[in-house]
Amino acid sequence: MSAPTLMKDPAVGDRRPRDRAPHPRGGGFGKALRRNLTAHGFLIGAVLCFAFFSWYPIVREFLLAFQKTEDGRVSWVGWDNFTTVWNDPAFGQAWRNTLWFTVLALLLGFVVPFLTALVINEFRHGQGYLRLLVYLPVMLPPTASVLLFKYLYDPGYGMFNEVLGVFGVPARQWLQDPDTAMLSVVVASTWMNMGGATLIYLAALQGVPGELYEAAELDGAGLLRKVWHVTVPQTRLILLLMLLMQIIATMQVFIEPFLLTGGAGPEGSTTTVVYLIYQYAFNFNDYGAAAALGLLLLVLLAGFSAVYTKLNRADQD
Amino acid sequence: MSTRTLISPAQLARPRGKVLYWVCFALVVVLFTLAFLGPLYWMVSGGLKTTQEAVQTPPTWVPGSVHPENYRRAWEVMDLAKLLLNTLYYAFGALAFQLVLDVAAAYSLSRLRPVLGKAILGLMLATLMIPATVLVVPQYLTVLDVPIVERNLLDSPWAIWLPSVTNAFSIFLLKRFFDSIPKELLDAAAMDGAGPLRVLWSIVLPVSRPILGVVSIFAVVGVWKDFLWPMLVLPDPSRQTLAVGIYSLATSVPENVLIASLTIASLPTLLLFLVFQRNIMSGLTAGGLKG
Repeated sequence: MSAPTLMKDPAVGDRRPRDRAPHPRGGGFGKALRRNLTAHGFLIGAVLCFAFFSWYPIVREFLLAFQKTEDGRVSWVGWDNFTTVWNDPAFGQAWRNTLWFTVLALLLGFVVPFLTALVINEFRHGQGYLRLLVYLPVMLPPTASVLLFKYLYDPGYGMFNEVLGVFGVPARQWLQDPDTAMLSVVVASTWMNMGGATLIYLAALQGVPGELYEAAELDGAGLLRKVWHVTVPQTRLILLLMLLMQIIATMQVFIEPFLLTGGAGPEGSTTTVVYLIYQYAFNFNDYGAAAALGLLLLVLLAGFSAVYTKLNRADQD
Repeated sequence: MSTRTLISPAQLARPRGKVLYWVCFALVVVLFTLAFLGPLYWMVSGGLKTTQEAVQTPPTWVPGSVHPENYRRAWEVMDLAKLLLNTLYYAFGALAFQLVLDVAAAYSLSRLRPVLGKAILGLMLATLMIPATVLVVPQYLTVLDVPIVERNLLDSPWAIWLPSVTNAFSIFLLKRFFDSIPKELLDAAAMDGAGPLRVLWSIVLPVSRPILGVVSIFAVVGVWKDFLWPMLVLPDPSRQTLAVGIYSLATSVPENVLIASLTIASLPTLLLFLVFQRNIMSGLTAGGLKG
C-alpha cells in the first residue's frame, strides 16, 4: 500500500528563468519538430505505462461504478451499484470501523511519533541508535511484521500478555475480542509505520530556532508551555501535512486487518472499507459494487488530498 | 551538537539536570530497545524453539533447547529459495524499468521540455491524489485483458514491472533534482555537440547519483513490501513473492517453522537498511516520504 506523498510544488522550479533549458531560436519548424520528437521519445515509455496502468484504470473506475458485467456482457445500470453498496449491512459497519481505526491510528500514530521525535531531539547522545530503532520496522515486509504480531498477540503462547502481566494488566484475547481487535490492529500498524513520521518530525524540529525557546524561558514558560507555544506553532505546517497524509493512508488500511484477523475480525469488528471493496471484487466478483464503494472512498480522500496539496503549496511561499 | 532545543543548556548543566538527563536517557533507550528489538528477538528466538515450546503456555523467554535446523526446514518446506528468487527478479526488474523509463521521462520533462510536457507532468502527479487501494480493482481488470495489445498479464512478471513505472513520486523527485543541475554544465556539453542522450548519460546521471540511489532503494523496497497487488496478479504459487508466499503457507506449517521463515524474509531488507541507512534516512527527510 503506498502512502500519499509529501512533496514540493513542481511549479516552483519552473518559475525560475535561469533553470530553463536552451530553447534554440530561429531553427524554424523542422528543428522544433525534431527537438520535440526527441523529447517525446524520452517520455513515451513512462507515458505508455501511465496510460495503461494508471490513467486508463482511473477512468475505468468511474465507468465500472455505473456498469454491471454479466456473462461477459457489460450493461449500464445507473446508480444501481451505489444502492447495492448502500443497502449492504456491512456498509455502515465498514465505515464506522474505518473511522474508528483512523481515530485510533491518529491518537497513536500521530501523537506517538511526534512525542518520540521531541524526546529523541533532546538527547545529546545515542540519537543515531534511537532513529535506527524507530525506523527498523518500516523496512520489514509487512507480512512478516503482521504475522509476527499475530504470534505476539496470541492469548496462549504470545509474549504480549506476558509483558503486560508484568505491569499488572490482565491477560486478554486481543484479536478475538471485538472490543480490542481494532486496537490491536492499530498498535501493530503504529509499530510498523511510525518510523517515517518520526524522522520527518525530527527534521522539522531541527529547524526550530533556539532563540524562541530562550525568549519563552525569559517569559517564565515551563516545559509544556514551551512545547505548546513554540514547538507546535513552529512545526504547525508539517504537523498538519502529516496529519492529512496519515488520514489518507489509514483510511486505506488493508493488510493489517486482513492478516491479523482475517479481514472481518470477530463480529465484523475489523471490516474496513478497503476490505469490503476487496470482498466485492475478489470474493463475490461484483466489480460494479467494488468500484462504486471505491469511488465513494476516492471522493472523500480526494478532498483530503486537495487540502494537502494546497497546504503544501502554501508551505513553499 | 550545539543546536538549542527545548531544554536549556543551563538547566542541563546543573547537577540535578545532569542526573535527570541520564535517567531519562537510560529509560528511553531501554524502552525503545525493548519495544523495537523485543518483537524481533521474539521472532528470531521463536524460530529456534521446538514446535511444542513455540506454542506452549506460558511462553518461554529463552528457548529451552536451540534448534537452528528450523531455519533449514523453513527454507526447504516453504521453498523460500524459490520465493526469494522470484522476489529478487520482480524487484530488480521493476528497478530497471523505473530507472530507464522514469529517469528518461524526468529528464525530458526537466530539460527537453516538449510541447504538452507540463500537462503530462500534471496528469502524472494527479495520480498521486487517487488512493492506490481504490485503483486495485480496475488495474487488476486491466492486467487480465490489457486493451489494444489484448494480452493477459496474470502470473507474468510484466504485471509487476510495468505498473511499477507509474511511480509519479519518483519522477517528481528525479525531475526536481534534474531541475537543480546548473544550466551552464549542460550548455557546455551541448556546445560540444553532445546530443540529449549523451548529455543525460555523461553529465546528468553522474551528478544525480544521490537521488538515483534514493529512487532505487524505494523501488526495490516497494516491490519487496508490496502484498495486495502481487497476491492478486501472481496467483500461481510457484511465481509468488516472499511476502505473499509466506502468507499462503502460514497455516500449513508448524508455528516455529513459520516464525523462522519470517526471520528469513525480513533479513534482506534489514541488511539493505543497515548498509544504506544514511541514504535511506536522508532521502526520506530530504525528498519526502513514501510508506
